[in-house]
Amino acid sequence: MEIVHPNSIDEALAGLGDGAIPLAGGTDLMVEVNFGHIRPERVIGLRRLAELKEWDGQRIGAGVTWRRIETHGPKALAEAARTVGSPQIRNAGTIGGNLGTASPAGDGHPFLAAVGASIELASTASQRTLTWQEFFTGVKETARRPDELIMAVHLPAGLPERQCFGKIGIRNAMVIATVCAVVTRADDGKTTVALGSVAPTPIRATGAENMISSIGHPSAGDLVEFQRLVSEEVRPITDHRSTEEYRRHGAGVLARRLLERCLS
Amino acid sequence: MSTRTGRRVGVPRGVIRDSPLRPDGVPKLRGEFEYAQDLRAEGMLWAATVRSPHARARVVSIDLGPALAIGGVHACLTAADVPGRATFGLEHADQPVLAGDEVKFWGEPVAVVAAEDDDTARRAAAAVEVRYEELDARTDPEEADDRDEVFRRLSIRRGDQGLHGSVVVEGEYEVGMQDQAPLGTEAGLAIPDGQGGVDLYATSQYVHVDQEQVVASLGLRPDQVRAHPTGIGGAFGAREDVNLHIHLCMLALHTGRPVKMVYHRSESFTGHVHRHPAWLRYRHESDEDGRLVRVEARVMIDGGAYASTTSAVLANACYFAVGPYRSDSVAVDGVGARTNNPPCGAMRGFGAVQVCFAYEAQMDRLAAALEMDPLDLRELNALGTGDPMPTTGQVIETPLPTIEVIRSLQAMPLPEPATMAHHSELPGGSGLTTEPHHVRRGVGYALGLKNLGFSEGSDDYAQARVRLTPDGAVVETAAIEVGQGLVTVLAQIVRSALGISRVDVNHVDTSKIDSAGSTSASRQTQLSGGATLEASVKLRQRVLDRHEGEELDDDGVWKGDELVVSWSVLAEEDWEETVTFRHPPTTGPDENGQGVIHADFAVAGHRAVVDVDTELGLVKVVRVDTAQDVGLALNPQSVRGQIEGGILQGVGLAVMEELVMKDGVILNPTFTDYLLPTILDAPDVEALLIEREGSWGPFGAKGVGEPPTISSTAAVAAAIRAASGKELNRVPIRPQDIALE
Repeated sequence: MEIVHPNSIDEALAGLGDGAIPLAGGTDLMVEVNFGHIRPERVIGLRRLAELKEWDGQRIGAGVTWRRIETHGPKALAEAARTVGSPQIRNAGTIGGNLGTASPAGDGHPFLAAVGASIELASTASQRTLTWQEFFTGVKETARRPDELIMAVHLPAGLPERQCFGKIGIRNAMVIATVCAVVTRADDGKTTVALGSVAPTPIRATGAENMISSIGHPSAGDLVEFQRLVSEEVRPITDHRSTEEYRRHGAGVLARRLLERCLS
Repeated sequence: MSTRTGRRVGVPRGVIRDSPLRPDGVPKLRGEFEYAQDLRAEGMLWAATVRSPHARARVVSIDLGPALAIGGVHACLTAADVPGRATFGLEHADQPVLAGDEVKFWGEPVAVVAAEDDDTARRAAAAVEVRYEELDARTDPEEADDRDEVFRRLSIRRGDQGLHGSVVVEGEYEVGMQDQAPLGTEAGLAIPDGQGGVDLYATSQYVHVDQEQVVASLGLRPDQVRAHPTGIGGAFGAREDVNLHIHLCMLALHTGRPVKMVYHRSESFTGHVHRHPAWLRYRHESDEDGRLVRVEARVMIDGGAYASTTSAVLANACYFAVGPYRSDSVAVDGVGARTNNPPCGAMRGFGAVQVCFAYEAQMDRLAAALEMDPLDLRELNALGTGDPMPTTGQVIETPLPTIEVIRSLQAMPLPEPATMAHHSELPGGSGLTTEPHHVRRGVGYALGLKNLGFSEGSDDYAQARVRLTPDGAVVETAAIEVGQGLVTVLAQIVRSALGISRVDVNHVDTSKIDSAGSTSASRQTQLSGGATLEASVKLRQRVLDRHEGEELDDDGVWKGDELVVSWSVLAEEDWEETVTFRHPPTTGPDENGQGVIHADFAVAGHRAVVDVDTELGLVKVVRVDTAQDVGLALNPQSVRGQIEGGILQGVGLAVMEELVMKDGVILNPTFTDYLLPTILDAPDVEALLIEREGSWGPFGAKGVGEPPTISSTAAVAAAIRAASGKELNRVPIRPQDIALE
């Protein structure tokens, strides 16, 4: 295994392709290597690249760690960051690495989906920015080409102040999400609901969003209907971590509670 | 001659009932302690294991060529290379050292390789080409029972089988497969001695039984194999069975070089035995006042593919199927099934855990049917000294303070409702799922009973040697310190018995001392502690007799105010005393499961307080308080350490710890998905130590390692039932069990 330590973005981009794998915090990659699931020919270490760690307003560099997001991020993203692994993992793991892995359970994804974030990619030949919907293409699959590096996440301006994250797991810390979700609510009632661990990619519950966005002061009955719609819209599976039925139930309850928190 | 002037006054520090600093504590905290994983030797090779990807298959062919072609690979061995007995096993040698014609569980070793480094060894293992013809995996224990594929059946009948009560409760219960999940994975180093023999340093709870099995499978003389105690990072039962031991010795003798192997985490989950999953059917009958009249139980455990300790675990489950309660009429039928699931064996509690979850749920149901307080019902039926065991009929002769345990739990104040000011106080924790108004509190109680030491007529003994040296005294033993604190308590016993302060404990290999038995069954403080005490007492008496002295201390032998022999002179005289300690003899069961089956008993009770988010099914275990029968606490801090750790393991089984199986395959063999409680999941614990004189352990001490794990699971389950109103007949209790209909 060849380890490359580029000192500039250009050097890093030049090293990509031909089976090279970029390494950010290593909290996912090294697990894969340890299990023998992958044996990378060449690893491009990104930790020396200061540019990736830059955080300029709405542009969060891909190398920004979860620890920094936990303490400096927008409310719901900071809440999500707090649930990423253990303190050691949060000191190493990055938002770019989370996107590169694109696990259906990625803790950062629902926030990006809820606010409509976009992802900046670069290669030696080009630079492009994808919407989150374009970026996530399947379970651990993204639109990133092997010669591209995830450079940054762009958040839209004017994020709703009312934004809440929640994550269901069967341990009270350091756990993979059974369901995770972000709900935002703007002053005009416009509501977004994004969920993780309930479909191959993060998803928005648009039916539930449309229903609740038009209601200025939702009643208890409206909240129940909102919960029902969210449960209907998710597409979870049964696996060793949980069941389809529970994830459906949990998604609805969690989204309703986060909305209640936004409204309170 | 010196006189008493300047003589240290009083007994040395660090005697029994003190809690001296553990000698291994600081090195472990500083990362300086040498665990088996850290062992090295000059010229050492690394080994790796080829494992079956099928739960059951015929081995058609094995091609070692591709592995041997890799540079740096020195050996690749299969079943054909096992020089001696082809199989091993703790009680029955039925498990192949390496699988021959057929693999019978997922992860079964098929071949082992040795190479210059770990990575090369693992690549070589992956390169071995094994052709399998997959067979139907038989993974249903009930079907195994129908086919009579069982390791053991046990029937217990005691009392008038025609007796019946007017109040009847019935229930069916299930316990999932828990793993010991010791943080240190299996590891070892085998070093050839150049004369056909081998020295083995490997993770173990019982080096003498490892040594016997290595000798048999390598076809060597006993004196050619020396098994050495080494640094162990946790055991909990997982290290009683041989796993990498014979493989390492085969490779070392084949290559003529030291060979090391360390299991990766996932491999550890398949490389050691697990706690038996269990299915339990119960019927309790009482009179109108709540007195138990009859208990019927059917106990099914799945032993997996090979015997390991399934026979003994099944027996324990059956003998303790009624718990610490009297009943005039008892019928228990147990089955230990053989399937193509992973082999199950010893884990803390050893069969008593599974039945406790069921009989305590039954006791709560009976209390509800009688409209009685659940603790009052337990007190009414409490088993005590002088009572016959409800199952075996054995009269309990050592102290069994069941009633004191119940009353202590009753007297403990309940905690205030949580302030829930911080997410760490709420179910869901840092996931921020839950608001205070989603939470319901529940309180539950459970009692558990278990034997101490080996049972059913086994010749259970431990040997220890105490020697005097210029520096003080040394205990020599082959008993294994797995982290529980044996090295501390043995030194305390010597200080108390000899009256001197400087005591070391040396672990010696199997050629230098007889067996100490297994570090299991809560037995080492009683057995190795008993041997150490007796050796110390005899040694002191011999010294005093020889020198006509009256007292011994760090300065030497005293007669009145006169130092008759100084320590340095005394130490030149080569003093040592070796003692083999046995507990009272036991017998096997008769045709009705009756007999003096056990050497000693311990009872404990737990009260769990939980906060439950019933809509999402999330649980925060707030407190688990306990009262435990300890005989005498030789090291109160270590006892509390055992209690807190044991409770956490019980909490784990109650709400999260399970190996999830599908067609014989473990779906979650990682710490990502096999969840152990974190510190945020750990309840506060208040422990009351109940001390009663009369056990045969040193100074009246009882074993304390297992009782904390037995009823803590049942207490947490009872508390979740109280909060949620659900029946919850299975552990671990999953969110969907609480939240969904």
